[in-house]
Amino acid sequence: MKEPLLTVESIHKRFTRKPGLVMRGIDRLSGRSSGTTVHALSDVTLSVAAGEVLGLVGESGCGKSTLGRIISGIYTPSDGRVLLDGAPVARARGNNIEKLTTRVQMIHQDPFASLNPRMKVGETIAEGPRVHKLASAGDVRKRVRDLLQQVGLEGAYADRLPHQFSGGQRQRIAIARALAMEPDLLVLDEAVASLDVSIQAQVLNLFMELRRKLDLTAVFISHDLSVVRHVCDRVAIMYLGRIVELASARELYEKPQHPYTKALFASVPTLGTGRAAFQPIKGEIPSPLNPPKGCAFHPRCPMAGPRCRVDLPALKPVAGTATTVACHLNDGGTGIEKGSHAA
Amino acid sequence: MNKALDVRGLTTRFETRSGMVTAVNGVSFSVERGRIMGLVGESGSGKSVTGFSILGLIDEPGKVVAGEVLVDGQDLRALSPDAVRRLRGARVAMVFQDPMMTLNPVLRIGDQMAMAVRVHEKMSKRTAWEKARQTLEIVGIPSPAERLKAYPHQLSGGMRQRVAIAIALLHRPSVIIADEPTTALDVSIQGQILAEVRRLADETGTAIVWVTHDLAVISSLADDICVMYAGRIVERGPAEDVIGAPRHPYTVGLIGSVPSLHEPGTPLPQIPGSTPQLSNLPTGCPFRPRCPRATDICASEPPIVGEGDHTVSCHHPMEAP
Repeated sequence: MKEPLLTVESIHKRFTRKPGLVMRGIDRLSGRSSGTTVHALSDVTLSVAAGEVLGLVGESGCGKSTLGRIISGIYTPSDGRVLLDGAPVARARGNNIEKLTTRVQMIHQDPFASLNPRMKVGETIAEGPRVHKLASAGDVRKRVRDLLQQVGLEGAYADRLPHQFSGGQRQRIAIARALAMEPDLLVLDEAVASLDVSIQAQVLNLFMELRRKLDLTAVFISHDLSVVRHVCDRVAIMYLGRIVELASARELYEKPQHPYTKALFASVPTLGTGRAAFQPIKGEIPSPLNPPKGCAFHPRCPMAGPRCRVDLPALKPVAGTATTVACHLNDGGTGIEKGSHAA
Repeated sequence: MNKALDVRGLTTRFETRSGMVTAVNGVSFSVERGRIMGLVGESGSGKSVTGFSILGLIDEPGKVVAGEVLVDGQDLRALSPDAVRRLRGARVAMVFQDPMMTLNPVLRIGDQMAMAVRVHEKMSKRTAWEKARQTLEIVGIPSPAERLKAYPHQLSGGMRQRVAIAIALLHRPSVIIADEPTTALDVSIQGQILAEVRRLADETGTAIVWVTHDLAVISSLADDICVMYAGRIVERGPAEDVIGAPRHPYTVGLIGSVPSLHEPGTPLPQIPGSTPQLSNLPTGCPFRPRCPRATDICASEPPIVGEGDHTVSCHHPMEAP
């Protein structure tokens, strides 16, 4: 196995809301604390090998975007560390940190919000290389033209403003901007979610083509299981701030292990299966402010037993596969007494 | 006839800076009781405007300029605005994409539901609350009596959308127009709502027009599908025929570009170009500039061809299977 390009080691991220002035006064008098803390990520560990595309999948509040932002250096983790080529990112100082963070580039969901409407797209693409002195002024202009052509646009478009482009074209520009930094790692956060189906196919094709040509490594965040299957090598399924299953795309789709993964597949309508009897997951996604004890999925899980309400399952390898899964079913059972469960 | 909704030649125009734009161009379709019709299209195809036009919810600078909207045989377009308002919510109702926009944030769920009940029916507040409670139960909301006392912000997105569907159901309307009602929801919650909607159509006999861009959702939910492009219906038919054996090149391209139908990692077939500007459409078939089968004849109005229920508006449709 190749040396991982990116390693994420037991990352935690907590967001704390400070209480308002009045509540702070009351807190001081009563000796309590009314600040609220959300555990957006708890103990997340994974790695991405050079040339690999890792999918991060989950529903809202699962922490997939937070993890993407930590990897891109936008957020700093509350605990744990991010390593690029084995070197911890947070330890770097001065020039080094710049060098490290420019190695990761992010592409956001909404190309209408992520491009400066008053900046010509050529300037937008050139800004990064200029600021970080990756190329001289003359070279930059040529590079911008090359990049635009690489993402399937005309070089002459460099002098236009974002409003002159459609959503799909803007997403191409956002990709060109990210590639301008010659990053080692791309983080795509729902990069095709806001596009129409026919345009989404164009952008996915572009991504796959660029990946082959430039040997890209990427973290691909999406809620769309069919898109993830199409472009990712490995997939991490997340639920309420934790990874519940990590597997190769092929194994995951052929033989999902975690009850949540199975339920997710069962509740997603797919094309061509005809009118389906949905088997939706019962219940709602719990609030990350107050996650359930034990396994966070247990209130919705059809297989849950007494142990699931108390013990937090750890990610353990599944025998005979490269999959790891965080479920007691894979680790000694859920503590159901014999005969009480039909399965 | 058992048609709950019959739309004939509906045409809606908008006055814009770049001239008159026809957002809905001669759209005709009908939905029978208890059936779900999927209105599918990409952004700018006119699918939402069609839904709004049916309910008479088009404001200046837009105007419904032609067509009939028959609900249980009665033409809404021939009625006075006042009469339409009395029918809206009672016989035809709508569910919107974002339930946070449709629910009043400062009213309890029960108060706003009772209000919706009493607008159309004379009854005491207490009876109206009881009716609201029963309707919440129908859409699968647990402990409905308590939810009635809650404010919208105390409910999750999925619960709010169930409330919005319950409000649409209050008067047992003949027709419900649902505009992308699960697009903003998570997949596990979407699955719950879709299962509930299918059950409601089967049990209450309400006809549902489900407006969406999501082919996978509509293929598993709808009985019939109309595919819209640039304000027109380009293909219609039973869901399994339209999805399984599409005949319009646009539908073929649309279905072909869905990743789940292809071997992972392989290039996806893509429709070239981008969705057209309505202010600048070509003559004849609007899909012509992006169509792999287009010839000179496509510059003239395409004919409607096909057998039985499955028809396309195209000069060069795919062979029927």
